[in-house]
Amino acid sequence: METLDQIFVLSKKGILDFLGTFLPEWVVTLACVAITIKAIAVLGPVTMMYLTLMERKVIGRMQNRIGPNRVGKWGLLQPLADGVKMLTKEDIVPHGADAVSHFLAPILIVIPSLLAFAVIPFGRGMTPVDLNVGVLFFIAVSSTTTIAIFMASWGSRNKFSVLGGMRSAAQMISYEVPMVLSVVPVILIAGSLSTNDIVLAQAGWGGLKWFVFTPWGFFAFIIFFLCGVAECNRSPFDLPEGESEIVAGFHTEYSGMKFALFYMAEFMNSFTVSGLAATLFLGGWQGPFLPSWLWFFLKTYALIFVMIWFRGTLPRIRVDQLMGLAWKFLMPLTLVNILAAGLWYFTEGAARWLITASILAGSFWLLTKLNRGYTPEKRVYLFAE
Amino acid sequence: MTEKTFSLHGAGDMDTQTLEINIGPQHPSTHGVFRMNVVLDGETIVSLKPVMGYLHRNHEQIAENMSYTGSMPYTDRLDYFNSMSNNFGYAMAVEKLANIEVPERAHYIRIIMAELTRLVNHVSVIGFLLNDLGAFFTPVLYAFREREKILDIFEEVAGARMMCNYLRFGGVKYDLSPEVLARIAGILKKFPKFLEEFETLLTKNEILCMRCQNVGVLPAELAVSASVTGPMLRASGVNYDIRKADNYSLYERFKFRVPLGQKGDVYDRYYVRILEMRESLKILEQAVKEIPAGDIMSKKMVPFLKSPRNFKPPVGEAYARVEAPKGELGYYVVSDGTAQPWRYHVRAPSFINLTILEDLCIGQKVADAIIILGSVDIVLGELDR
Amino acid sequence: MIFGTGILQGLMVTLKNFVTSYFKAPDEGGIFTVEYPEKRLPEKERFRNFPFLLYDKNPENLRCVACDICAKECPPKCIYIVREFDKDGKPLKRPAVFDIDFTVCMNCGICEEACPFDAIYMDHEFEIASADRHAKLLYHRDDLLKSNEYFHKIRPTDASAIDARRREAEEKKKAAEAAALAAQKAKEAAAAQAKPPEPPKPAAGA
Repeated sequence: METLDQIFVLSKKGILDFLGTFLPEWVVTLACVAITIKAIAVLGPVTMMYLTLMERKVIGRMQNRIGPNRVGKWGLLQPLADGVKMLTKEDIVPHGADAVSHFLAPILIVIPSLLAFAVIPFGRGMTPVDLNVGVLFFIAVSSTTTIAIFMASWGSRNKFSVLGGMRSAAQMISYEVPMVLSVVPVILIAGSLSTNDIVLAQAGWGGLKWFVFTPWGFFAFIIFFLCGVAECNRSPFDLPEGESEIVAGFHTEYSGMKFALFYMAEFMNSFTVSGLAATLFLGGWQGPFLPSWLWFFLKTYALIFVMIWFRGTLPRIRVDQLMGLAWKFLMPLTLVNILAAGLWYFTEGAARWLITASILAGSFWLLTKLNRGYTPEKRVYLFAE
Repeated sequence: MTEKTFSLHGAGDMDTQTLEINIGPQHPSTHGVFRMNVVLDGETIVSLKPVMGYLHRNHEQIAENMSYTGSMPYTDRLDYFNSMSNNFGYAMAVEKLANIEVPERAHYIRIIMAELTRLVNHVSVIGFLLNDLGAFFTPVLYAFREREKILDIFEEVAGARMMCNYLRFGGVKYDLSPEVLARIAGILKKFPKFLEEFETLLTKNEILCMRCQNVGVLPAELAVSASVTGPMLRASGVNYDIRKADNYSLYERFKFRVPLGQKGDVYDRYYVRILEMRESLKILEQAVKEIPAGDIMSKKMVPFLKSPRNFKPPVGEAYARVEAPKGELGYYVVSDGTAQPWRYHVRAPSFINLTILEDLCIGQKVADAIIILGSVDIVLGELDR
Repeated sequence: MIFGTGILQGLMVTLKNFVTSYFKAPDEGGIFTVEYPEKRLPEKERFRNFPFLLYDKNPENLRCVACDICAKECPPKCIYIVREFDKDGKPLKRPAVFDIDFTVCMNCGICEEACPFDAIYMDHEFEIASADRHAKLLYHRDDLLKSNEYFHKIRPTDASAIDARRREAEEKKKAAEAAALAAQKAKEAAAAQAKPPEPPKPAAGA
């Protein structure tokens, strides 16, 4: 059990020990870094490839279709076929495009998504870089994708792209705020910004003492996850690329591998956001019976499933409503949530449950009443004989 | 309240420009080759000019150079979703012109087909509307799942799924077998359950309500003065259904109600269609139960089945209209006593309902323009003819 | 009503369909797809696609008499017929050229309705895709010929009804011919018994 839990750590140690027998120490240190980077660099794209398949399969099933099943058993080779197709496609640069930013954008967009992998604790002792400002690093890095998206939209010299880029910038700025604020209670309770320490703070109850099982944790989790979905431009917040309105938004003018890179970034982002949500609120790799890394992947994929599920169900919201939701609803709620977490910290027993839960439920109710423009109207329909 | 002036870098007002975009003719959500020339201020629509005619194919001129029966298959291609109601209108116009009595059973078959067509149209138009709203194909595929069953019936009865070419002057081409009637009854039994599911998915969905309510409001006066017809007019609260107003065919025998909206926004247009489907189901149930035995063709017209070219209606003119799923579909036929109509005109509901598009869209966002277009329910085959 | 319940209900619908897609029948929320090249939906008898020309027994014996009615009635005018002539230039009752342009044909079935000789019918064949529309999709007489057995296979009810009708017509025709022959003979016999007809007299006052 213990070896299974630590299998990746042990194998890395084994390789390094083997190298240490005949190589100088600085080479071994370099190799230690290289192995981790290699692991992430492989994990990212492979995850992306199979997430596309998973998305297509799951949405297909939700729509009572089969989904891709022609390439390989159950369509398992479909991502490879897609990759070949993408690579062989013509690379089109529009006439009058800003060639530099048009070329650089797809490359730039992948970097932050890959960097974000660095602070995700994949299992016990499996955080690639255990930064003491891990959460902050993640948020800072993931928000830089906006620049790449804006470069793509501006460089394409296409009006639809510009609209998409503008939407993306506005959306990212709005959703960054509630996202950060929803993490604050976690940092408050855990007392650390390091992702590893946050996971350790959720130890107990046989590995089920997750933050999500507290009133403030529940609300913070929902808000964080919604903001995360908005950050990776996924449905129902996929306005920057909303295909029914602005064709494909910022990547209208991209084809072939450049287009694939945008997709790769989007899927890797959804993986890292789900991973971080699992880390912050669902106890990360904590869990009974199964190896730690398996728990982490189970939780992450469950959250990704929810993202796909959203995409299969929900219509897109409008740009002004998107902003309204962030500023008028999620932001006040996170602020109240910080208060609730503070109260939780200082109270004990059943009282803390009662106080925090009632404060949060009350403010949720109040906010829905205040935002009446966003709540459904009751309609009456007449019938003429 | 005095207006505050906002300055950037100490300069006066910001210099902004409007953005002119052509949405279409190649755009995922224009339902075909339709173009909207939109001027945007940010994302708000300042002006919108519909540009039509990309699918113009001389339908009327072709019909004037062809035997009367010969343009029956061409009417299928007007509104290719509802070939049966198109046939119905044209057959009625020519029957009026040549004074042909239609046997009772043929009337019943025509009504069954027209109402099945209404189900097909409304269910898929709601699916497409949701696609325009950004739902990733789920509603449209659920809709198509049901539509498929009805199209199977069309195929069994008429020989084709969409281009039915089923009605003839004085009756219908083939009889309905008891098995087909039983299958229709089976569909009628299952359809309400599907509508239930469809509504759970959509009607109360907060995002759908946010997006659709109070968007694209069409006041009743404007609707009447622009001679808008069909569900769009009834969503604005005007009680005008040609099945009731004209009592054509045998519609007076059936009990059904006409649902009316109150606001006339996109949501009302969506919901009136759902209610109309429920009423259509009632008509179908009665029709399937009460269908009499007898001829399916008027005796007078049987010889002309074999030789359409010998069918020469007397000199005169006739206008007949039906309540097609999209609105008032009228055919105006002038005969000069030869085998070809001297003049043939189609009053296409898609075209006339679309004339108010600009009034609906001004002041709304780009995303709203798309769903307003979706809720108008156009088919380019009929719009451009 | 708590904000978000509508969304949750909608999510439940898709989740239900996701789960039921694994074990339910297509009608009750299972997978609706028919995996086409391997599986097919049963063909409906009335299904119509492109026309074909019918022959009885052998391809020489085709029913078409090149009367050109279908070509005239065809709404998009996709049929082109040239009558065959024998060596003396006498027209024969069969087409030398019978072309149907499948790229123009709109599958309406009016040719089938109009044909007075039961010679042209709508086929069930729909897999005619090809990369060359000029060479492959312009069907000539010999590509269009199909046997009556094939017609019986794809449309048994119609084919038997038509065959019965034709047989009946044939019999009637034969009976009528026989009757006519008998009448003729009777007439001749009667004429033989009576006086031979007088030669026509020259018109009076000529």
